[in-house]
Amino acid sequence: MDATWLARMQFALTVMFHFLFPPITMGLALLISILETKRWRTGSDVYRRASDFWLKLFAVNFVVGVATGIVMEFQFGTNWAGYSRFVGDIFGAPLAAEGVFAFFLESGFLGLLLLGRHRISSFVRWLAAVMVWLGSTLSGFWILVANSWMQTPAGYVLRNGRAELVDFWAAVFNPSTLPRFAHTMASAWVCASFLMAGVASWLFLKGRGSDVARISLRLGTVAAFVSTLLVLVTGDRHARQVAHTQEAKFAAMEGLYSTEAGAPLILFSLPPSQHGMPDAPTIAVTKLTSYLAFGNFQAPVSGLDRFPKEDWPPVAVTFLSFHNMVILGNVMLLLSLLGVYLLARGRLETSRRWQTLMLWAIPLPTIAIQLGWMAAEAGRQPWIVYNVMRTADGVSKAVKAPEIAFSIALFSLIYLLLGSLWLYLLCREIAHGPETTTSTEGA
Amino acid sequence: MLDLQTTWFLLIGVLLVGYAILDGFDLGVGLLHLFVARTDRERRIVVNAVGPVWDGNEVWLLTGGGALFAAFPGVYATVFSAFYLALMLVLAALIFRAVSLEFRSKLESPRWRGSWDWAFAVGSGLPALLFGVAVGNVLRGLPMDAAGDYTGTFAALLNPFSLLVGLLSTSMFLMQGSAWLLLKTEGEVAARTRRIALPAWGAFTLLWIASTVAARWAAPAAWAPYSEGLPWLAPIVLVVALVSFPLALRSGRKGLTLTASSSAIAALMAVLGQGLYPYVVPALGEGTLSLSIYTASSSPYTLEAMLVIALIGMPVVLGYTLFIYSRFRGPVVLDDHSY
Repeated sequence: MDATWLARMQFALTVMFHFLFPPITMGLALLISILETKRWRTGSDVYRRASDFWLKLFAVNFVVGVATGIVMEFQFGTNWAGYSRFVGDIFGAPLAAEGVFAFFLESGFLGLLLLGRHRISSFVRWLAAVMVWLGSTLSGFWILVANSWMQTPAGYVLRNGRAELVDFWAAVFNPSTLPRFAHTMASAWVCASFLMAGVASWLFLKGRGSDVARISLRLGTVAAFVSTLLVLVTGDRHARQVAHTQEAKFAAMEGLYSTEAGAPLILFSLPPSQHGMPDAPTIAVTKLTSYLAFGNFQAPVSGLDRFPKEDWPPVAVTFLSFHNMVILGNVMLLLSLLGVYLLARGRLETSRRWQTLMLWAIPLPTIAIQLGWMAAEAGRQPWIVYNVMRTADGVSKAVKAPEIAFSIALFSLIYLLLGSLWLYLLCREIAHGPETTTSTEGA
Repeated sequence: MLDLQTTWFLLIGVLLVGYAILDGFDLGVGLLHLFVARTDRERRIVVNAVGPVWDGNEVWLLTGGGALFAAFPGVYATVFSAFYLALMLVLAALIFRAVSLEFRSKLESPRWRGSWDWAFAVGSGLPALLFGVAVGNVLRGLPMDAAGDYTGTFAALLNPFSLLVGLLSTSMFLMQGSAWLLLKTEGEVAARTRRIALPAWGAFTLLWIASTVAARWAAPAAWAPYSEGLPWLAPIVLVVALVSFPLALRSGRKGLTLTASSSAIAALMAVLGQGLYPYVVPALGEGTLSLSIYTASSSPYTLEAMLVIALIGMPVVLGYTLFIYSRFRGPVVLDDHSY
């Protein structure tokens, strides 16, 4: 095992574990802000209790996100010193901006919201919730600026043996920033909506359908539908951007080995490999990739054959994670469609079958998000900066393989413990349930 | 007129001073936690003394790290890869520090709470020590090659001078933590804290003198600036702050005690900064390889862009941070939302 491979594994471990939590944070912050707005405008106690309940879950999730996020801020320097020297002129700025514009806002106002509720007015409480949401969203924006620059670098020149910034705004709004920011945000909202709807469903299933459970179920269901639609729209936009700006990645995502006009859309297939599609039947729609990517059924789409083999991403991982993400996205769309249908029919609170489905659907958005990031990051390989710097050239020379292996082992243990505690405490808070006015009203 | 590189050297210094003062008291409170609070109620008071603000305080470190990456990528890359294992330990400790505060109150069980009390203490103590060890190594200089990659070992980082500076930072955070706790607690907890504050101050003072003397051999460059007048300001402020601390403590002026301790921290870091300038990381042995603010910096365009970000962002940050602190003014009062 060489140091580069280990460093990549360490990054995969820390970033994938970390990103279990921020989507819930970013999405729940929005839903809590909606509840807080209703509370502030109506003065109704049920919104106060709903907001209190979701804030408890938010707090447990947030702190694990923060704790695992610290590792990310320093890991570029520890494991990727070569990369840091090469791109520091560009890449550090969004990280610093994230601190200045996002983390201070988010953490400061969350402290006020969680522990200072008795010390602030109704308006300031609302403001604090909205600032937490704004902070978490801005944090998502700046980190996507940084990551998108690795995907589609812009606004720089190669000078003095490194990438130097020449146009700040071109680097910030590089070709993939906005499509990826929109898609990531929408998926975070899906994540929190499914959590909210699923938890509320569980309360109903357990005969604990209080007023808080009712508004949570309604808000969760409507938000799930709206945000799943947005994920679809932004996902389509993002995929077209990849087709235009990262052709090899797009070819791997779609499993296209040969360049052709009128490229098919492969729906289902056994895993492909670096040698080609498996020798087994696939289900595909002819010419659909050409249409989806370029709006023309006859448009030529670059296959992997246009690129030297050492520039290919790992096809199997990219293809499978992308396809499974899309499949999950469609499952979630169907589920949330069913949800708004039941809502319109007034059967949301009585359909136990739907509630059971939503309970089991809680992890789906998280799985889809992880798969999406695997497609995004594996599809970027073998580049750490797309078509500019290879991943193998970015690694720290001063860090030896055994040191990385040791810290992978250390952090695996810590993350196992942390993940278990997170799950345990979330379940405990959920089981404890929201504060009810009378014991089990509405059950 | 300050050039851009010097400006950023100063600004990152400001961020790190902000971190050392603010998260400094969090770390110190963590160190004191097991000793000054015995009952669960006392421990809850101590945890809540930092509960609402520790996370925002830690952001000073994250932002400092980001700004270092942005302004001096060469330094960020060299230092963090050199301190790989040490930094991993710090990160692991900070993870436990973070969750211990949030998780502690979730269960009533004494074993559960006791475990998180330990996690809070160790998660604070380890960074408090290792931050100083890191600073000591930077002052001494790091063995590195022409590419700026560290060529030493992990064990070599634990040299006597750096360990001495590690003890200095530990006592500094202890002093700062006790000054903060005095402001936030009453009764028994405050009485026990007061008994620790003076020895912490004494240890800090002695260790500062000891490391200053040791630096004469271990880090002679740190002694260089004092042929001129202006650099004397920082050590003078440090001495004034150190003289004021026990006087303020004895007269019961808590705000002044915290101010003295915070000023001592800021002044000590200024002493370190001017001892390094214009280098950020001297190369041990081979002086020509040293990373200076000019050889390891980003392009002027990036430094300017970052300056705009800092000038727009930081005044706003300071504004609402002050507001939030003002909401939590005075000794801790436990309510149903407290940890």
